[in-house]
Amino acid sequence: MLTCKDFLAELSDYLDERIDAELRAKLERHITECPNCWVIADTTKKTIQIYKGMEPYPIPSDVETRLMKALEKKMAAKQR
Amino acid sequence: MHSTPVPSQAGFDEAPFVAQARKGDDRAFAELVKRYEAKIFRLAQHITQNREDAEDVLQETFLRAYEHLDQFQGNSKFYTWIVRIAVNQALMKLRRRRTDKSVSLDESIDTGEDTVTREIAAWDEDPEQRFSREELGEILDSAIQTLAPAYRSVFLLRDVDDLSTEETAEALGLSVPAVKSRLLRARLQLREKLTRYFKRKGDDAFAYM
Ligand SMILES: [Zn+2]
Repeated sequence: MLTCKDFLAELSDYLDERIDAELRAKLERHITECPNCWVIADTTKKTIQIYKGMEPYPIPSDVETRLMKALEKKMAAKQR
Repeated sequence: MHSTPVPSQAGFDEAPFVAQARKGDDRAFAELVKRYEAKIFRLAQHITQNREDAEDVLQETFLRAYEHLDQFQGNSKFYTWIVRIAVNQALMKLRRRRTDKSVSLDESIDTGEDTVTREIAAWDEDPEQRFSREELGEILDSAIQTLAPAYRSVFLLRDVDDLSTEETAEALGLSVPAVKSRLLRARLQLREKLTRYFKRKGDDAFAYM
């Protein structure tokens, strides 16, 4: 029998669908019998979904300006 | 640090820009910089925890990438390659700021019981609907901030930037098993933090125990 600890150890691969069918069946059986692990799996999945593709904030314009200046200087130096 | 998120970059194919840039097309390189600058800046801020250092890392990363573009091997993603440069630069910054000089992304990893979960409660169907876009951004950001640095960069690259486990390992100079164990811990810790905001009303911790 799979323990909750065993289940948690496989949770990432389970959610990423990187496990074989046999292990998957065992894990799925565990969550039908263990409400705690079901909740953990479900809320971990939602956590990943919420973060996925979270775009970064644009960089501040002063930072952008200095970056582009430094780059242009570098590019000009290379052409000489 | 916060304003409106930039438009989605989903579907961006970097390959033609990289090919052009390697032929000496500076405008193609500048395009790559524009695509990735915000992500590199975010990563640098998460590692250095310092805006000034993060700006230095941002500049160093793209200047080095430009200079060493001929060393970039086409068999990995350009983005993975610049992340690796950025991570190295960020770690150098950290080392300079600390007296013990022993900073790495390997430090302070508990191999023990930090996957223990305390807060177990079901969430709403669409928990993020309860919050405005700005509030949600704050919640997600501050939850990441609470992670140990070693977990933070793994989570950011793997789950937010959507690199594969192998690409994340390559970018951070870690083994695949190290990435996997950190990712699991990061995910579980974030799940725990977010549960405080997103749990179904009336549901409480240990409700199912
Ligand atoms: Zn269980």
